[in-house]
Amino acid sequence: MARSATDAREDERASIPAPKSPRGLVEIDGGARLTPIQWIERRMLSRPLIGPIAVLVFALIVFSIVSPNFGTLQNFSLILQQVQVIAMLGIAQTLIILTAGIDLSVAAVMLLAQVVMGKLAVAMGLPPELALVLGILVGVACGAINGLIVTKLNIPPFIATLGTLSIFYALNIFLSGGESVPYADVPGLFTWLGTGFQVLGTTFTFGQVLTILMFLVFAYILRSTAWGTHIYAVGDNLEAARLSGIRVNRVLMSVYIVAGLIIGVTAWLLIGRIGSISPTAGASYNLASITAVVIGGTSLFGGRGRIMGTLLGAVIVGVFSSGLSLAGFDNLWQEFTIGILIIGAVAVDQRLRKIGR
Amino acid sequence: MTTDTTAAVAGGAASAPFRSHELVIEGRKLVKRYGHVVALDETDFEIRQGEVLAVIGDNGAGKSSLIQCLSGAVQPDEGELLVGGELTTLKSPVEARRLGIETVFQSLAVSPALDVASNIFLGRELRRAGIAGSVFRMLDKKKMRQEALGAMSELGLQTLQNVGQSVETLSGGQRQGVAVARAAAFGSKVVILDEPTAALGVKESGRVVKLIKDINARGIPVILISHNMPQIFEVADRVHIQRLGRRIALVETSQIDMGDAVALMVGAKTPEQLGLETAS
Repeated sequence: MARSATDAREDERASIPAPKSPRGLVEIDGGARLTPIQWIERRMLSRPLIGPIAVLVFALIVFSIVSPNFGTLQNFSLILQQVQVIAMLGIAQTLIILTAGIDLSVAAVMLLAQVVMGKLAVAMGLPPELALVLGILVGVACGAINGLIVTKLNIPPFIATLGTLSIFYALNIFLSGGESVPYADVPGLFTWLGTGFQVLGTTFTFGQVLTILMFLVFAYILRSTAWGTHIYAVGDNLEAARLSGIRVNRVLMSVYIVAGLIIGVTAWLLIGRIGSISPTAGASYNLASITAVVIGGTSLFGGRGRIMGTLLGAVIVGVFSSGLSLAGFDNLWQEFTIGILIIGAVAVDQRLRKIGR
Repeated sequence: MTTDTTAAVAGGAASAPFRSHELVIEGRKLVKRYGHVVALDETDFEIRQGEVLAVIGDNGAGKSSLIQCLSGAVQPDEGELLVGGELTTLKSPVEARRLGIETVFQSLAVSPALDVASNIFLGRELRRAGIAGSVFRMLDKKKMRQEALGAMSELGLQTLQNVGQSVETLSGGQRQGVAVARAAAFGSKVVILDEPTAALGVKESGRVVKLIKDINARGIPVILISHNMPQIFEVADRVHIQRLGRRIALVETSQIDMGDAVALMVGAKTPEQLGLETAS
């Protein structure tokens, strides 16, 4: 996936009938030579996926050598199943982080949406299809509330979503009464994404397929539409975006709403993943989604990053978890390693950002 | 502040010999207040078809406020603004741009992480024809890049070879080039440059001066706000001298020397002392 996105970019570049300097980069006035490190930095600046891809390939090689059970298709499918919910939340998180915002409430919105789905379908007896759509709309509404707080009240996204995190989580507990809906009571439609099909003797789920499709769709939107360009522009230089005639608040508002939509769909994915409707499952996913975005090379300061990086980031986390545990390490070392990856990713980003300013 | 002499001198601009020339933008008695501060105190402004007009003034003279009024970034509290002879209110930079007024702001207003072509087309992207564009909202990146390349090379920016590279990989002069190329590409009526060389070295400044000449050679009038006197006297046809929120003189650069222009600007001399009634 990540490959194809990068390749498409290459193709576009190649289509420009302009002479290229040997490195594809223009020599700065005065023809200053780049040192090898500078050259790598510039490459990473123009192709942000290089870093995460390198980490992933390295991890895959090492873990495949260390544990024979790691490098199987079955294990990859398992890893993807484990990280799909975080990855999907990561799509919403990426959109918001690209605008130089952050959303601490993604998991709370997801839980609220799934609890509403369960409440409507199970307790109130609505048709599952209708309950599903209404649940997703709850996600949209939560996104709109976040967007309004950010754009109308001018509250920084960190604080705005810290507040709504508490509000949405409390509503979720209130509506559910803190109780789960057991698997037996959950309509089949709700758990459909957890079912799957066999390929090469390996089970894949419809949830995995949906996750991959969503990544492809949003990769397209960010890369090939004006809205995508405007998201980058708003996060990169807000004033420049405004002076260029972009209606900044409209872009921000739309991003929060679309993020809410994605989170609403993720609620469906979550039910399929765990089989029941629990008001507390995945409560830690708020930060996990940010972790996936950051390890995927997207800058927390906005305007820089790729959606496919987030998929890579989520998979990297899954690969380290699986690999370390198959190699016999205690779970605490997974946490430890992820901490190092986060700091490393942000350190690289800080360094790259300096070049550009 | 309301000395009759300066009012007469400034007011004379409309009646004196330039009247026959077509004015692209005209401001009449523009007032802009920020709380107690009067940034523009009934200032006049005009730029003619095809000229390069320099605007100079000490800090706090109201240059920035004037330019912001002309580019739609702020709205004057009082006074009239005429674009192409018609009374106009510019409610936003977007509206100014729609009328063909393009501004290169001092802050450059570029997005460093985006590539050159995306920057040039920021806020007015081109979509593909057909279903790809109308349903899938697909950008026509190829066309935008070609046109961006055209805009850049038209201004002699051959050093910039790849319009697909991000702006942050460019030098200060090249970034300025991108901002100017964007203005030149879309500025059908007038191009406003706010301190375009303030952050640049000598060599890069020279290139920007050349850009200004190139834009002007295409018949597009240019408003140049600058502190760089030699540069102004190299490219500008006339110079608008702003002081204490007013235009105290509007002179052809051939009629005044640098020293006197600076003296007027800082208030060491008055227009009457220099006998500028006719020119301003």
